This record gives sequence, C-alpha cells and structure tokens, in this order.
Amino acid sequence: MKDRLRRTMMFIPGNNPGMMQDAYIYKPDSIMLDLEDSVTMAEKDAARLLVYNALKTIDYQGVEMVVRINPLNTPYGKKDVEAVVKAGVEVIRMPKTETADEVRELEAEIIKWETELGCVGRTLIMAAIESAQGVINAYEIATASDRMMGIALGAEDYSANLKTNRTPGGAELLLARETIVVAARAAGIACFDTVFSNLDDMDTFRAEVELIKTLGFDGKSIINPKQIPVVNEVFVPTEKQIEKSKGIIAAIREAEKNHSGVISYKGKMVDRPVVLRAQRTIDLALAAGVITKEDLQ
Amino acid sequence: MNSLKDRAAAIAAEAARLGKPVYKEGGSKDTTFRAELEKVSPKVVTLEEAIRKTGLKDGMTISFHHHFRGGDKVINMVVAKLAEMGFKNLTLASSSLAGVHSPLIEYIKQGVITGISTSGMRDALADAISHGLMEKPVEFRSHGGRGSAIMNGDIHIDVAFLGAPSCDPLGNAAGYSRSENAKSICGSLGYAIPDAHYADKVVILTDDLVDYPNTPCAISEHDVDYVVVVDSVGDSSKISAGAIRDSKSPRDILIAQTAAKVIENSGYFRDGFSMQTGTGGASLQVVKYLRQGMIDRGIKASYALGGITAHMVKLHEEGLIGKLIDVQSFDKVAAESLKNDPLGHKEVAAYEYASADEPGSATHYLDIVVLSALEVDVNFNVNVLVGSDGVIRGAIGGHPDTAADSALSVIVCPLLRGRIPCVVDEVTTLITPGNTVDVVVTDFGVAVNPRRPELAEKLKAAGLNVVDIHDLRNRAFGIAGTPEPLKFGNKVVGIVYNREGSVQDVIYNVVD
Amino acid sequence: MEIKNAVAGTLESGDIMVQIAPANSEGIHIDLDSSVAAQFGGQIRKVITETLEGLNVHDVDIKATDKGALDCTIRARVTAAVVRATGKDVWSD
Repeated sequence: MKDRLRRTMMFIPGNNPGMMQDAYIYKPDSIMLDLEDSVTMAEKDAARLLVYNALKTIDYQGVEMVVRINPLNTPYGKKDVEAVVKAGVEVIRMPKTETADEVRELEAEIIKWETELGCVGRTLIMAAIESAQGVINAYEIATASDRMMGIALGAEDYSANLKTNRTPGGAELLLARETIVVAARAAGIACFDTVFSNLDDMDTFRAEVELIKTLGFDGKSIINPKQIPVVNEVFVPTEKQIEKSKGIIAAIREAEKNHSGVISYKGKMVDRPVVLRAQRTIDLALAAGVITKEDLQ
Repeated sequence: MNSLKDRAAAIAAEAARLGKPVYKEGGSKDTTFRAELEKVSPKVVTLEEAIRKTGLKDGMTISFHHHFRGGDKVINMVVAKLAEMGFKNLTLASSSLAGVHSPLIEYIKQGVITGISTSGMRDALADAISHGLMEKPVEFRSHGGRGSAIMNGDIHIDVAFLGAPSCDPLGNAAGYSRSENAKSICGSLGYAIPDAHYADKVVILTDDLVDYPNTPCAISEHDVDYVVVVDSVGDSSKISAGAIRDSKSPRDILIAQTAAKVIENSGYFRDGFSMQTGTGGASLQVVKYLRQGMIDRGIKASYALGGITAHMVKLHEEGLIGKLIDVQSFDKVAAESLKNDPLGHKEVAAYEYASADEPGSATHYLDIVVLSALEVDVNFNVNVLVGSDGVIRGAIGGHPDTAADSALSVIVCPLLRGRIPCVVDEVTTLITPGNTVDVVVTDFGVAVNPRRPELAEKLKAAGLNVVDIHDLRNRAFGIAGTPEPLKFGNKVVGIVYNREGSVQDVIYNVVD
Repeated sequence: MEIKNAVAGTLESGDIMVQIAPANSEGIHIDLDSSVAAQFGGQIRKVITETLEGLNVHDVDIKATDKGALDCTIRARVTAAVVRATGKDVWSD
C-alpha cells in the first residue's frame, strides 16, 4: 500500500533473530530489517536467510515490512533482492541512492523475480539519500519509478560527504531535509527523516522530531522502541485541528450526499489541499487513539 | 504492734496459701559502672556456645530470614557449624532461600538437613531438590502463610538464627546500624520478627555489636537469648540482585507502561489508594509510570506496601505516597530510608504484612497490587515457583496473599520468555488461584478475568487492547509451537500450602 | 555433495548456533543442547532434519546449541550452515 501512515520506521539488524521476531509489539508504523550497515560482510549470507525466513513465517500484525538491501554493485545486492522479493516484502529500501538510474536498475531486478513469481508490481521501493549528489538528484530519484513509496535522509554518510559533523541543532542537514521534503511532495510520495542515535537524550530527540514535523516530514527513522511514543506524541494533532478536520470531513460527506461538487465549511469553500490536510489530521488522530472511528460517524 | 516482725506470721500464712516462698533478705548489689557491665553481658557468646546453650537436638527445627537475599551469609555459616558439631536430621525453616545457598546440597546429602520449609529457592539447590535430592518434600508457603503457620504452631521453631546488621549486648537488633562500625544493611527485618517472637530460643548473629540501647530496633531483647558477633552477616550489595532489578528491556518497559495505564483506568486510581509491586523488572517499574499519572491527576497514595524499592521511596519523599510499610527492603535506598525516616517508613512483621489470620494485616487494606508470573493459565491461575521445565526456580513470596486481599490484582508477564509460552492451558504448579487474579498484562494484550466484566469495559473504553485470555494462549502457541508435556517422576518433592494452611498442590520430581 | 565443517548462528537469546560436519556414519546425527529441550527438543530436531532433507543433505553430523530460537530461525541457520559447508548458495549468482 503506497499511502499509509508512516510516523515511525524502526530499524532492526538483520542478523538478530531475537529482535526481529516480535518487534511489532511496540507498534511502529513500519519495520526495516537491515541487511546493509548493521551486518558484517561475513554474515551477509546468514542475515539474508534469516530475513527471508522471518518474512515468510512471522505474522507482523499489519506493520509495514521494509528491508534495506546492500547496494546492487556489491556482491550481495542482487541476492538480497531475490530473497526479499521471494519472501514477499512490501518495500525494498535502497541505501546510498545517488541517481534515478540506480532506482531503475533496482526496479528491473525486482521485475525479474516478480515475473517469475507471477506478482509483477507487488514490491515498492524507497530510496535513502545519503550524499550531496543524492540531494541534488532528489526529485529525479523520487520520480524514477511508479513503485517509489518514499525517500529518506541518511544523515551520517551525508554529513561526512559534506565534510562537516552532526550537531544537535542539525544546521548541517537543513538544506537536505528541505530538499527531500520538497522533492517528495512534488513527486507525491512520502519522506522520512534520519535516525537519532543518543538514546539517553530524549529531550534533544523530541526537539528534532518537532523540527522535522514542522519541515513537513511524514515520519522518522528510529532505532529503539522507546523513541516510538515520543514521535507519536509529537505527531498527535491538537484538539482544535481535529475538530476542524472532523467538520471538513463531514462537509465532504454532506456534499457527496447532495451530489454537490462544491464543499463548504463554515460558509467558506473548501479546496483540495484543505481536504487532504484534514484527512491526514484524522488519520494521525485515529492512529494516536485520541479519536475512534465511531467519533467520525 | 504492726511492724514487719509483727506481720511475719501473717506473711507466712499468706505465702503458704498462695504456694509462694517467703521473701528472705540477702544477696549483694552490683556496683559496677554500667557501661562496663554491658561488655560482659551473659548473652554474648560464640556461635558454638550459643548452639550448645539453646539445647538444640537432632530432629529439631531451626529458622532463618532471607533479608540479605543473594548476599546472605548466615544460613551457610550456621549450617556448616551445625554439621561440624555433628547435628543430624534438622529441619531448616527459612523465610526463603536464594542461589547463594547451594552449599546446603552437601549438608542435605550428609543428613544434617532432612527437612526444608521456605517460600522459594533457586539455582543449584532448587535443581537438585527438583531432581529428588530429599526424601521429605519441601514445604512451600507464602510470606503471609508462614506468618500464620508460625503463630498457630504449624511451624514450630526450636531455635531461630537471625542475622542483624546491628545488635546491642542484650539483643536489641535492627536491620541497619547507626554506629560508625556499620558493616551491613538490609533494612526491614519483617520476616525475622515472627521467628523472634515464637521460637523457643533466639540467637542473633550480628556484624556490629553496638552500645545499649540499640534503638529503634526490630527485634527486642525480650525475645533474644544469645548474641553472636561474626565477621559478616551479609553482603548488602546483593540484596537487589536476582529477581529484583531495574530493567532497561523495551519489553519490560512496554508491559510496565501498559500496566500503569490499566491501573489509571481501573477505577481504583483515586486519592488515598494503596499499592504494592512485586519482584520482576516490569512489576517494579510500574511505579515509575504511575508517578506521572498521580501528578497529572493531583492524587496521592495513602501507603505503599511490601518489598519497598527506591522508586517507592522517591514517591514518598516527593509527598506522593503517605507512608511506606516495609516487610522487606528490596534495595539499599529503601533500607536507608527505613533507617532514616522512622515516622514515614514503617517496619512490619510478616504476619502484620500479609497473614490471613491477622485482621489488621496491611494486605487487607491494599487497593492495587502488581505481580509478575512465570506462567498464567486460561483460568487466571498463576505459577511463580516452578519453571515451565518442571524445575523449581522462584519463590511464592507474598503473591497469593496480596492477590487475594487486594481490590485489584494485576499480573504482568511477557507472552513468551524466549520460546517458552507464559500463557498456558494449565499452570505447572498452582500458586495463586485464578479467582484472586483480576487482570493479566502481557506485551501482546491485556486479559481481564471474566469475573470482572465492569473492569474489562473500563479498560476497553480507555483504548487498551483487551483480549480473551484464550487468544493470548493461542497467540503464544502459534508463535512458539505447542510444548511437549513435561516428564515428571512419581516422587513428591514439594508441597504448596494455601495461605490459610490447606494443601493446595504438590510438585513431582523431574526426569531428564 | 561434499560437506566441509561450517557454522552459522550465534549464542544470543532467540538464536541457535548450528555446527555442521561430514558424517561419521550414514544418516543425519543431531547433538542438541537447548535451553528449551524439555518442551521443544523434538520440534527442534524435526525442523533441523526437514531443512537438511529439503536441501538434499542426508549424511551429516550436526551440533546445535539452541537459545530458544523459533522454527523460522532454525531453518535459516541450518540453511546458512549448509550453504557454507557446501559452497552452494540457495540464491542465483
């Protein structure tokens, strides 16, 4: 499913069965099993088999399953694609994406296995942008394939590539973040912010989540379950926003009932962006449990 | 006409009628400076002398407390001395046993110890007993049940050997010391007080003999026969080892947060409520998450009970908990608080804590208790004593007492430990009967006892994931597979008493 | 199929370490050490055997040290050990 709520994408090392088997109990919106940076070269083969068997067997309770594969130009990338497409993964995450051609190359690999399995079009793609080159090409990457579900910032490699360091305020990431949000929105896909690794500093983490929410990101990559409630809290809409959105949704229903093409709320015409924002507000409120489906009746 | 001499005949007549002797003047007055006198208290003797003077004989019952948990040194020291002195056929009645007590295996093999009564046991000793080490089954009781059994004579203690971090030469003993020579601290001596009151003879072992009077004290000189000074009664750093740890596991945090949400929406989270938390990572942490709820709603707890922890002490110091009632200090912070805050932090004996026979026991006035479990079954029965492999690996503690007496009992446990399902068809051993359990909180959902439909409604309305306990069982078996039935022998190695003294279950030996 | 000594998996909780060696005699021989042997020993042996047979391995010595791994993990580790022992991957090259 291309459109869904993705506030949190939790990273799990692909060679750690204990963590993989029930990470869904923490209710992240997506889980990303990693075959790339968290797996040593000597364990790439074993991790691939572990991820394959986990995806085939474990009932992840509706959490979106993403696998980060190794780059296609390594000895592991193509085998990773074969394994995870055969396992029925929902999304393949490409690391260190720099050009649209790389996305198309991955798409061709995916199609090869999907054709054999008779399920062409099943697998979505997301691309991690982790270099200056990637940021420059963000829009081309975001629109390289119909399968593109989203783009994400990988800040460690990116800041190294910029010849700078990570700072708590994140000034060094501002252009990349804004570029990625704008590219994603222009392409009509999702965008995710980078991980925050200091698990002891939850205050700075919260400030960063507030920042990226304001910038327009859909959600954040996370590395520990304890980060999930913080992200969800920041993404909870205010009561005022919810009330207004409920009014707008009701107005749409009313217009549909009257077969009217014009939607109006509190005497004003409601145009498309307002409708979309209202829908997202309602989705976030539902996911946070601050309203229920019954409240919308 | 009415001098003492004149009344002599009448005195003799009254004495004869009462069967009493007639007072005779005599004896001399001791005029020693009293501080000197204290140093030669006839109660202060060596361990061997104390044992001889108590008149201990083969076949008798000796008792101990477990306030030092994994750091206890008294049981091993005393039993080694008894073995050396040639005693046989003794029954060891400890409030509980820990991993550190594995040397008992040898003394059991030698016939020094032939009976055990305890709340629980772990590691090598538990494993050996589960495999049939002893001829006589071990008797397992809850803390409240042990208090009752000591009061009503089901457990008759001939000699109690009680370790104390301070004691004066007359026998006034405490679980901490105020002297500069303090070597150890365990806080409350709640599990030792029944032994001190009811044992025929009481020996205090201390590693800090302090000046008289040692006050306030948990055990009064009135109950003490002998005082033995030893190098160390226990390693205080280990009182929070084992079952008591502050977990950083995301799973424990998830379960603790869910349990806190259950409590906050249960209807019992009101100003003046009382609470207790048991051992286990998730259980102990619940307090941390309740704290915010108390502040947000502006409510305070009247008292917190039981194993007192650093979390509880913090809330007490912040004014969120009125009093702490402490039968056992679960960590050093709690032990220090008991010492430094006698007005707010009350020490209670096991029977005042949780005995079914004591109308004023603190558990009778307990609103909320959070307890962990090794296994819960679809009838809400709980096992905290025997592992899913049939081997004893835990302790009953106050589990059945607090579950039965509280207004709301919340069991916290993961759905699976590794591959082992914790929600099962029937518990391996019945410890806490299901009719005393209200809610089971797991990492996969919350099950409410069908006895409490109003509670289930409240929790559902609060957005909690309330599920049928059979669904949890099915989920666990779905993930792990169906466990093979355990292979037990036909020898009874343990008897589980109900808190009211009836025989509730037996434990068979395991066969590998 | 020639089998060399190989190993896959770890001793972490939820994992299983599978050591594989050429068989001393015909058939699959499993030496299992598991923290959950009492309840799942039979199932673990069954999954190991089925996975080996599925990979066409019939004569082999297995030493498995299990820390409560689920079936899917056991399958993955046995497969990885076989791939390493035979040098023949299950994926296309």
